[in-house]
Amino acid sequence: MSDYVELFNLTKTYPTPKGAAVIVQDFNLRIKKGEFVALIGHSGCGKSTVLSMLAGLNDISGGGIILAGKELSDAGPDRGVVFQSPCLLPWMTAFENVLLGVNQVFFTASKTERRQIAEYYLTVVGLGDAMHKRPPELSQGMKQRVGIARAFALSPKMLLLDEPFGMLDTLTRIELQQVLLDVWQRTKLTALMVTHDVDEAIFLADRVVMMTNGPAAGVGDTLPISFPRPRNRAALLENTEYYRCREYLITFLEERAHRKTSLAKAA
Amino acid sequence: MTHEAVNTTVQPVAESAPVVPQKPRKHAELRMTDALRRLLSNMGAPLVSFAIFLFAWSQIAEHVKVNFGSIPGPLAVWHQGVILWDEHWAERAKEAEFYKDLAKHRAEFLATHPGQTFPDIKYSGPPTYLDQICTSLETVFTGFLIGSLIAVPAGILCGLSRTIHNAFNPFIQIFKPVSPLAWLPIVMILVSALYNPPHPWFEKAFLSSAITVAMCSLWPTLINTALGVASIDKDYLNVARVLKLGWWKKTWRIVLPSALPYIFTGLRLSLGVGWMVLIAAEMLAQNPGLGKFVWDMFQNGSSDTLAQIMVAVFTIGIIGFALDRLMLLLQRLVSYDGGKI
Repeated sequence: MSDYVELFNLTKTYPTPKGAAVIVQDFNLRIKKGEFVALIGHSGCGKSTVLSMLAGLNDISGGGIILAGKELSDAGPDRGVVFQSPCLLPWMTAFENVLLGVNQVFFTASKTERRQIAEYYLTVVGLGDAMHKRPPELSQGMKQRVGIARAFALSPKMLLLDEPFGMLDTLTRIELQQVLLDVWQRTKLTALMVTHDVDEAIFLADRVVMMTNGPAAGVGDTLPISFPRPRNRAALLENTEYYRCREYLITFLEERAHRKTSLAKAA
Repeated sequence: MTHEAVNTTVQPVAESAPVVPQKPRKHAELRMTDALRRLLSNMGAPLVSFAIFLFAWSQIAEHVKVNFGSIPGPLAVWHQGVILWDEHWAERAKEAEFYKDLAKHRAEFLATHPGQTFPDIKYSGPPTYLDQICTSLETVFTGFLIGSLIAVPAGILCGLSRTIHNAFNPFIQIFKPVSPLAWLPIVMILVSALYNPPHPWFEKAFLSSAITVAMCSLWPTLINTALGVASIDKDYLNVARVLKLGWWKKTWRIVLPSALPYIFTGLRLSLGVGWMVLIAAEMLAQNPGLGKFVWDMFQNGSSDTLAQIMVAVFTIGIIGFALDRLMLLLQRLVSYDGGKI
């Protein structure tokens, strides 16, 4: 399969009184169609910046992004975004929150069809009984389920997940990783997920991309994860390969993430 | 519904119940005294303060002399209120009598003069106190409606665009502090010059008062709407951007609901200002409402004058309070945060 998403020499700079601050520099990444890529790195290294540029919510300073043969310039519903905070509109029910996007994308479908799409995805994420509740009545985990349903319901070309489980407790996080994986298994959407949780990355992704520390962060290394799908957490935890991957990623974060900056200093 | 909810709620109850069996009763007792204390504070304190107020008022009233006797005490004012109330129903009875007679005359006339039309006669008794209250309410709501119809859209525009806000801001700052007494003459002149339809829907005095109310009361709504729209959560706007919502849809489904608590705070303030302004406007414009009532009573200068005006003062105060509660109720109904602000 050819490359579906291509980020080439992606750069983000912010102007400061002391000259431009380079957050991300020459970030190159190719993602195949149907591939699930996790992007890990230390907090503040710029991984979320890369994702928000891909989402079109942050201007690109240099380089470019191609999605399905077209260069991106703006935000749009062809990329389903799951934000770190669920970002549900509190004056709408869970169902209406999902429907808002569905109406926008499937404007040619009938009203019944659109309602069915929203209902389907809410049921798939396990909110069949709670879809007509408003966000204040939902737990944090349930809100993020709505966030996942909303992104998938758009049938986007690509899924963007910005540390979607970062604000959840461990048990809920494990539960929602499973939910995400189940929904993803049905759709096989091309996905890029930003996380700083090594286990999460290994469990979910086909490939883990490691980012060097900022400033001027870029791709440090990549690690293919070849466990068969559908994946089972219990089976994975018994696999020695899992621990090898884990060790590799943690070693990178602990020792090699700084390499680029130390090299720059040496030069 | 989900596992996380079940897991966290069931266990602690099962653990704590057998260990401390006497605790619930203690809790109940505590809650009782707590509730009693709250009731005393909520109901008792205002009752006591009101009693002190009435006592002080009656004491002062006896000792202060004005050129037509002494200041009326609470009882005299209450009495005057009852008189105004009775007068209203007496007037209504007279009106009903009049229309009954009129119907009789019409029937007789039409029986003896077939083919002719009977002139359409209206009862022309003076407006009673309750009629004047109704006129005031109509006027304030008309003015408030006009003001809000201008202020909310203008506020949204100001909140959405920094440039529009900068363009509007000098006008807001300059016109906001202008007293209704300054607007009214201008409004009256303009109304009498421009509003001359053959079959007027409104009295000129009514229109002038309403427009003055609108001019003075739109500012809190405008400022609060602009603030509410400008301080919308960035996350919500990101949702709109990702979904590529059009301008209308974004404004209607995201910006407006998000700003609604602020807008309603503005509307509540506006209605309060409008009600206050109305009395002054009616006095000058001679719109037959509470303001005119106060002015007429003042001009009468009878021994009942002060008592009547005080009845009006209490009426104005109580209605103002009721209007505020009404807006709060409306806010709780329509805004997502249940009127917390």
